[in-house]
Amino acid sequence: MGNEDALFYSRILTELTLSFHIIYATIGVGVPLMIMIAQWVGIKKKDEHYILLARRWTRGFVITVAVGVVTGTAIGLQLTLLWPNFMELAGNVIALPLFMETFAFFFEAIFLGIYLYTWDRFRNQRKHLLLLVPVALGAAFSAVFITMVNAFMNAPQGFELVNGELVNVNPIVAMFNPAMPTKVAHVVSSAFMTSAFILASIAAFRLLRGSNHLYHKKALYLTMKVGLIFSIATALIGDFSGKYLAEYQPEKLAAAEWHFETTEKAPLILFGVLQEGEPRYGISIPYALSILAYNNPYAEVTGLDQFPEDEIPPLYIHYLFNIMVAIGMWLTILSFIFWLGIKRDWKFVTGSWFKRLIVLGGPLSIIAIETGWWLAEVGRQPWVLRGLMRTAEAATSSDQVDLMLLLFACLYIVLAIGSVVVLRRMFRKNPVEKELSDRNNNKEEERT
Amino acid sequence: MNIDIEIVGITVLWTFLFGYLIIGSIDYGAGFFNAYNLLTDKEHVLTKIIQRYLSPVWEVTNVFLVFFFVGIIGFFPKTAFYYGTVLLVPVSIALLLLAIRGSYYAFETYGARGHKGYSFMYGLSGLLLPASLSIVLTISEGGFVHLDRGKPVLNYFILFISPLTWSIFLLSITAVLYISAVFLTWYAHKAKDTLATNVMRKYALIWSLPSIITASSIIYQLKFHNDEHFNRLMHLWWMFALSLLFFVGTVLLLWAKRNYGFAFISLIAQYALAFYGYGISHYPYLLYPFLTLYDSFTNEAMAISLIIAFILGLGLLIPSLYLLLRLFLFNKGYVKGNSDYY
Repeated sequence: MGNEDALFYSRILTELTLSFHIIYATIGVGVPLMIMIAQWVGIKKKDEHYILLARRWTRGFVITVAVGVVTGTAIGLQLTLLWPNFMELAGNVIALPLFMETFAFFFEAIFLGIYLYTWDRFRNQRKHLLLLVPVALGAAFSAVFITMVNAFMNAPQGFELVNGELVNVNPIVAMFNPAMPTKVAHVVSSAFMTSAFILASIAAFRLLRGSNHLYHKKALYLTMKVGLIFSIATALIGDFSGKYLAEYQPEKLAAAEWHFETTEKAPLILFGVLQEGEPRYGISIPYALSILAYNNPYAEVTGLDQFPEDEIPPLYIHYLFNIMVAIGMWLTILSFIFWLGIKRDWKFVTGSWFKRLIVLGGPLSIIAIETGWWLAEVGRQPWVLRGLMRTAEAATSSDQVDLMLLLFACLYIVLAIGSVVVLRRMFRKNPVEKELSDRNNNKEEERT
Repeated sequence: MNIDIEIVGITVLWTFLFGYLIIGSIDYGAGFFNAYNLLTDKEHVLTKIIQRYLSPVWEVTNVFLVFFFVGIIGFFPKTAFYYGTVLLVPVSIALLLLAIRGSYYAFETYGARGHKGYSFMYGLSGLLLPASLSIVLTISEGGFVHLDRGKPVLNYFILFISPLTWSIFLLSITAVLYISAVFLTWYAHKAKDTLATNVMRKYALIWSLPSIITASSIIYQLKFHNDEHFNRLMHLWWMFALSLLFFVGTVLLLWAKRNYGFAFISLIAQYALAFYGYGISHYPYLLYPFLTLYDSFTNEAMAISLIIAFILGLGLLIPSLYLLLRLFLFNKGYVKGNSDYY
């Protein structure tokens, strides 16, 4: 196997691992917050349903965390195994947040272990809820630290290269690079958003399939409300990301928008196809790109004409960008209508076709996460470290990457099937109605 | 006195690796004993005590490993280039085992109970995992890697036929079983589970001798494989002698059915002395003969910030770990079986 092959398979394997891991990682970051909200509401309102909601989500969460942990370990090691040259450089400059991520995760793991086994150990439920705070914090900070590393790949700083030697390294400056604020905020907020819509999707699914229990209705309303809040937040942060790109990575923005020539009053093109290098059949929104990039409809936006051919990312990222944005918009509108509909007592939001749309929201939000990450990673090409190291220079020289790709593909299939089967069985065997009556019986026994 | 910052870095990492060695061994060995008992149909004797210990801590075990490999790239970035390139296959296999084991443990414990075949796989993967990870130590002794146009290449054939490889392989397995058995004897004793205590004590005694024989055989193998390392090792003979004394101490306590807590502490002392003795004599090489602590070390700014982060992190972790241990491992109610997981 030549180096070309090693590079090709390394890219595929990294992409596969990341795409698989990110589903579980996103749930891992977002769901603790959802559990916290449910348990808090339950304690406040003294409502058994919300407490049970927190319990059941926690049980499902543990399964996804397990897969998240093992695939996270896989990607952590694969970075070194597949991209040794990159990690050698990265280790010198951006190892600090990587290192801190292990602490954040350690913290999370310890308290998750405690939280799981102490549901009834405290007389005061608030104390038990308090144990969840480090879990949620640890999860969120894991995402923050890891995203800092990814941000560094987009906007490397905090060191100088003199004759190929790294000098004047400043790990703090490297961590707080220009890409960091928007990227971190976007990742964390979209994780909360996605988790809310996945849980909403499950609640809507249960309501469609026979159970008309109040429990599911409460779950649906809560998750859709949280989903709405974070989808608005995500959209706002997305707008800032556009401004960051215009300033620091104009080639990524231009490629994602199919903006070929540097112009003022740049329009935003949605979807469409490329014919002879010209975008056709797309929806063109006048001034929108200039507004996205600089908050000014007359601003000049740098086009792809300003960059050498071999430094332009693949143009298909345009579709990734469009899909991500379209799903985000759609879910914002959907949750807004639902929220308003419940307030105003509109009948159709509780109808079955609307619930079907909510059910669809779960998978859609996962697709948005995937396309978002593909956009982030493919949009940085040909660089692994923008402006400094090309992806081709970073790859391993090992000959067995193709075999490893095969092995890991099998592993992910096994894990995916395993986690889905276990989750389904777990909740099938123990439906809400049964658990509620079990718990009531137990309480009465305690009283007598 | 002036201590090199390189030494501080490697000491921190080596300590975490030692932590992983101990708690990982307990975990892996527990899986094996559990499977063995299920297959030989003494199911109820061990399963409860093992589940009880593993449930709250399995994730924590994994973090020790992650901490080590992230730390080594942070402190010694050049290791990424050498080890990253040559370890693709062995570490990928370890990852595969780790992933199956970790996730299926959670599936089984929190999800739905599986069947015996699953427990068998779980037990077996626990033995193969340390064996596949220990290949890293074998490779670090040198002689298996050569440079081809500036790129490190691992020679699988030489690695496969080397007696050193197989000695380390055997040591990893026997040590896992021995460490785990000694700990679980103590743990079962604390839970006042006499049946389980007796079974585990028997296992501990069975695996004590093989573990010490395989350990000694590595020293012997090293003489032929890496003379320089062997000689440095001999300069530290007193550490290994003390280690042997602690070994005898553990076995005697187990034999006399006395003070299992001390037996376990003595076991920690035995392995700590041997592990640090091995580590110190490895100095200054990270990979014979290509890579030393000094030429692979990161810049000073990164090293200092990593150490500061480490100290702050410990400030957060030690109280949390203490809480975990107090609530579970050393909580009488929990150890005896009053669980409240739903």
